[in-house]
Amino acid sequence: MGKGKGDVKLLGAWPSPYAVRVNIALNLKSVDYEFQTENLATGSKSELLIKSNPVHKKIPVLLHGGKPICESLIIVQYIDEVWSDGPSILPSDPYDRAVARFWAAYVDDKFYTAVKGIVVADGEEAKAAAVKVLKDGLVLLEEAFLKSSAGEGKPFFGGDEIGYLDIALGSLLGWLRVTEKSFNVKLFEEATTPRLVSWVDSFCKHPAVKDELPETDKLFEYAQKVVYPRIKAFAAAAAK
Amino acid sequence: MAKKGEVKLIGAWTSPYVMRARIALNIKSVDYEFLEEKVGAKSELLLKSNPVHKKIPVLIHHDKPIAESLIIVQYIDEVTWTTTDDAPSILPSHPYPRAIHRFWAAYIDDKWFPAWKGIGLAKGEVAEQKINGAKEGLALLEEEFPKISNGKPFFGGDQIGLLDIALGCFLGWVRVGELTHNVPLIDHSTTPHLAGWAARFVAHPAVKDVMPDPKDLLEFLRVNFMKPAPPSSK
Repeated sequence: MGKGKGDVKLLGAWPSPYAVRVNIALNLKSVDYEFQTENLATGSKSELLIKSNPVHKKIPVLLHGGKPICESLIIVQYIDEVWSDGPSILPSDPYDRAVARFWAAYVDDKFYTAVKGIVVADGEEAKAAAVKVLKDGLVLLEEAFLKSSAGEGKPFFGGDEIGYLDIALGSLLGWLRVTEKSFNVKLFEEATTPRLVSWVDSFCKHPAVKDELPETDKLFEYAQKVVYPRIKAFAAAAAK
Repeated sequence: MAKKGEVKLIGAWTSPYVMRARIALNIKSVDYEFLEEKVGAKSELLLKSNPVHKKIPVLIHHDKPIAESLIIVQYIDEVTWTTTDDAPSILPSHPYPRAIHRFWAAYIDDKWFPAWKGIGLAKGEVAEQKINGAKEGLALLEEEFPKISNGKPFFGGDQIGLLDIALGCFLGWVRVGELTHNVPLIDHSTTPHLAGWAARFVAHPAVKDVMPDPKDLLEFLRVNFMKPAPPSSK
């Protein structure tokens, strides 16, 4: 009988990088869970989602023994703390934990906005400027990686195993690849982010990750049909 | 006690985020050097210690910088400060209440404060929006208080916890909003739980010396951000 069986439910959706974080964390801890999909394309929200996350009405929501936990990084920390017998997601040293939390918060603050900036950019110059914002952010992460584990020859931000920051950043890889394909740009490059290039490869192959990242082609279609039009419409409405 | 020079905090007396770090250090009885940033100019130490955001607070412990107020508070909670084994914990001990405190702290930072930030200088329709923004979030937290505190004086129970600190640091500025627009935001008729809680929070030993007087905050706004009236106006 798997850990958590019957007790753990995740409200998520395959395109959502935030939900993917939770899938990965649960996999790392070998927790059995029920996955309930929200249909993000239609925009209609299930009763369970609205009841479980009345404040934001967003996925992911983890339901453990019926009690809801919201916000992806908060859920990942919760999972780490509850199933403490599995591999640790957060580092054990308080300073290392602060560094991991800092960069995960940075990813959340900057990357989604940067990707949106590329989508709504009007003209080549604006697009190049928006792409630069994202690439500069990746260079900062490359430096942070070098200062910590990569500097010691370890494959992941978490060291020998994937950890909090690997999950926070790695969950976005599907969307970063779609950005590359949609706008004909390269975000991870040997010249500027060599260690991240290898990290991407190692992360995607990890057993807890490989079935969770959405296929680039499928996500690309979804982006063109649903997400990019939505981002553009929202930006146009906000500009009025 | 932490040795002199071991702990530094770069901040400003007006900043709620900085106050969070100071309260946490006080809870743990940690001595620290407070390095006050001047208005309008960022020190070299700040730029060097937080090159990514260039913002306060920054905690420097054994010459290693930690940035982002909630990350700093959790760091302070997790470090073993030499002689304070009996200092109360800031985060609850069980995972579910920890997630609840983190959730509402994130709500405060991502949604609530941005909805009313600048209330002290706002006028007209903008002021109305900000007043409503402040009230909406406070109404939610009013509802949550009995559930999270479980009949105890603070969100953290008998002692102040992460959510008390995350919310309470804004009380000075909430009061600035109330005084500027002559409107109650936290009061006994609309938010009785929060009103009681606020009085207890500001009186707490770890808080009272670092909570600015709202009148001083108003004066700060007047001196630094309000344009003086032209000489001809009455």
